[in-house]
Amino acid sequence: MSKKVLVLAETREGALRNVSFEAIAAAKQISGGGEVVAVLLGDSVSEFGAELVNCGADRVITVEHPHLKSYTSDGYGQAFMAVIEQENPEGIVFGHTAVGKDLSPKIASKLQAGLISDVTTIEGEGEDAVFVRPIYSGKAFEKKTIKEGITFVTVRPNNIAPLPREERSGEVSSLVVDITNLRTIISNVVRKSAEGVDLSEAKVIVAGGRGVKSADGFAPLQELANLLGGAVGASRGACDADYVDYSLQIGQTGKVVTPDLYIAAGISGAIQHLAGMSNSKVIVAINKDPEANIFKVADYGIVGDLFEVVPMLTEEFRKVM
Amino acid sequence: MNIYVLVKRTFDTEEKLVISNGKIQEDGAEFIINPYDEYAIEEAITVRDAHGGEVTVITIGGEEAEKQLRTALAMGADKAVLINTEDDLDEMDQYTTAYILAEYLRDKNPDLILAGNVAIDGGSGQVGPRVADLLGINYVTTITNLQIEGTNVKIVRDIEGDAEELETSLPLLVTAQQGLNEPRYPSLPGIMKAKKKPLEEIEIDDLDIDEEDVEPKTETLEIYMPPKKAAGRILEGDLATQVSELVGLLRNEAKVI
Ligand SMILES: Cc1cc2nc3c(=O)[nH]c(=O)nc-3n(C[C@H](O)[C@H](O)[C@H](O)COP(=O)(O)OP(=O)(O)OC[C@H]3O[C@@H](n4cnc5c(N)ncnc54)[C@H](O)[C@@H]3O)c2cc1C
Ligand SMILES: Cc1cc2nc3c(=O)[nH]c(=O)nc-3n(C[C@H](O)[C@H](O)[C@H](O)COP(=O)(O)OP(=O)(O)OC[C@H]3O[C@@H](n4cnc5c(N)ncnc54)[C@H](O)[C@@H]3O)c2cc1C
Repeated sequence: MSKKVLVLAETREGALRNVSFEAIAAAKQISGGGEVVAVLLGDSVSEFGAELVNCGADRVITVEHPHLKSYTSDGYGQAFMAVIEQENPEGIVFGHTAVGKDLSPKIASKLQAGLISDVTTIEGEGEDAVFVRPIYSGKAFEKKTIKEGITFVTVRPNNIAPLPREERSGEVSSLVVDITNLRTIISNVVRKSAEGVDLSEAKVIVAGGRGVKSADGFAPLQELANLLGGAVGASRGACDADYVDYSLQIGQTGKVVTPDLYIAAGISGAIQHLAGMSNSKVIVAINKDPEANIFKVADYGIVGDLFEVVPMLTEEFRKVM
Repeated sequence: MNIYVLVKRTFDTEEKLVISNGKIQEDGAEFIINPYDEYAIEEAITVRDAHGGEVTVITIGGEEAEKQLRTALAMGADKAVLINTEDDLDEMDQYTTAYILAEYLRDKNPDLILAGNVAIDGGSGQVGPRVADLLGINYVTTITNLQIEGTNVKIVRDIEGDAEELETSLPLLVTAQQGLNEPRYPSLPGIMKAKKKPLEEIEIDDLDIDEEDVEPKTETLEIYMPPKKAAGRILEGDLATQVSELVGLLRNEAKVI
């Protein structure tokens, strides 16, 4: 049986997030030849409709309201439930993002539905879809299915390949929803994350730990990241020591990332850090301690002083790129 | 103030994990209070000390979860409740867990409920918001600061590294993010006192819940270890050789650059 699957599309800094394209690909697989309907919520979002269609959505529904400018679980909850009532979907896919993590359990609860969170792989399609997700801080995996009711999942960014973009046509319609009684008022958002590259979507990450020893120590890491078109990340150790802002933290508490290349410099490899990066495709560890735990998950390791190794690596890449 | 903390006994993921016959081996494993729930307990105690009232910690689990409840009591919680599902339920999921917790809390009129933002073993982060929705109260996840004045609440929450400042009111459920506070260690007198604090044990029967009400909506087919990665390659030779070898490997073998 083919399914109608809703996708919550998200924007950030005036552009659609990659995870939304990945969620559309996941929805396509779950739909088993059915229909994928992307949902955009915000104060002014209809301009993104066409791009979602080109990325695989069959239709797009927008709900625009001044109360949807900032995310609140009440506002988004009311809007998304109204879309569900209109569409009666058999599946829902969210990104496993701040918004997706916060909203999905509420929607699942309202639907008295199961929810499989933080999916990294989908095997099979349609009725036969099986969902793989990491458990135990990434030390193990489980395969899950929905027993009854709607198929509702959140997908971890950077794990499911988006569909190829192509010029397509699809309806972009709007739904009017009365958003009332918001119990949360957002007074301010202090932006700490760097403009531009979104860590959870970066293809290359150069991450530093307590071994980087100072804020200035991050400069050579930044240089390497810039050269490779990537972003700088950090361990909790480096954030706690004030070398970089917490917004760069990778791990269980921080961002969960799955880049093609993760270079860890001066990071010991605590389980809480590994939980955020062990799914990376290729991991390089640079650490002066040959016994450091990070070498256990690394594909390639250099035992040495990061202050020597990182600049040499930048030089070497510069020669060949 | 009537304060409840949702506490999960979790496998200590810093320890070695063994899977046999499709199950996580629990014999001899270390179990702890889920670290994010420790922040929740600490915050609950702080709020109580500032505003008065009582902190009750609740867990769903088996007999062995008493140990984690005693630790919470030793930290300073006033009462503990163990909802023992050992004899009644073989299979549970987040739907089940939230349903039972909400049924327990329904007639307790909580002002503030605190939970962890995620359990380090199951890792879904669903239980807090689900419980709030079932109770019809507002929730705020991944909080790093909490200020309460009367029924007004000011919160700072972590949203992917940015700090969102917001205002809301009680009754409320919040989930704790690292950075909220530094959980205290139980003191020796705390441990002694905890032995005498009330620890109530109930079953789902006592909440008028039938097994059918809480049948999980999801099914776990398989639990497995990730396929063993080929042992990583520690490069050798002088540093210049290692560096140029690494660049070659990343370009030609791994093909990521
Ligand atoms: C509930 C909870 C959640 C947590 N969440 C996270 C999280 O999300 N992310 C996270 O990262 N951590 C998290 N942690 C903390 C985690 O346990 C570790 O404390 C932290 O990751 C350590 O950071 P580090 O590796 O930078 O520091 P350290 O463990 O101190 O390691 C520093 C490393 O640098 C190496 N080094 C030193 N100098 C040099 C040099 N010149 N050249 C090369 N190498 C050098 C050392 O050999 C060492 O291996 C969490 C902890 C708890 C309890
Ligand atoms: C007997 C038994 C059988 C189970 N069978 C299955 C199974 O077949 N398939 C499966 O997938 N899972 C099973 N589980 C696991 C269980 O369903 C989940 O661990 C639970 O629903 C919590 O989900 P989570 O770990 O994702 O927690 P999260 O939603 O990540 O936890 C967030 C927060 O919710 C609170 N919380 C979570 N769990 C509890 C709890 N038990 N008591 C009090 N507060 C809590 C804590 O504050 C925690 O920090 C079983 C558990 C038990 C005890």
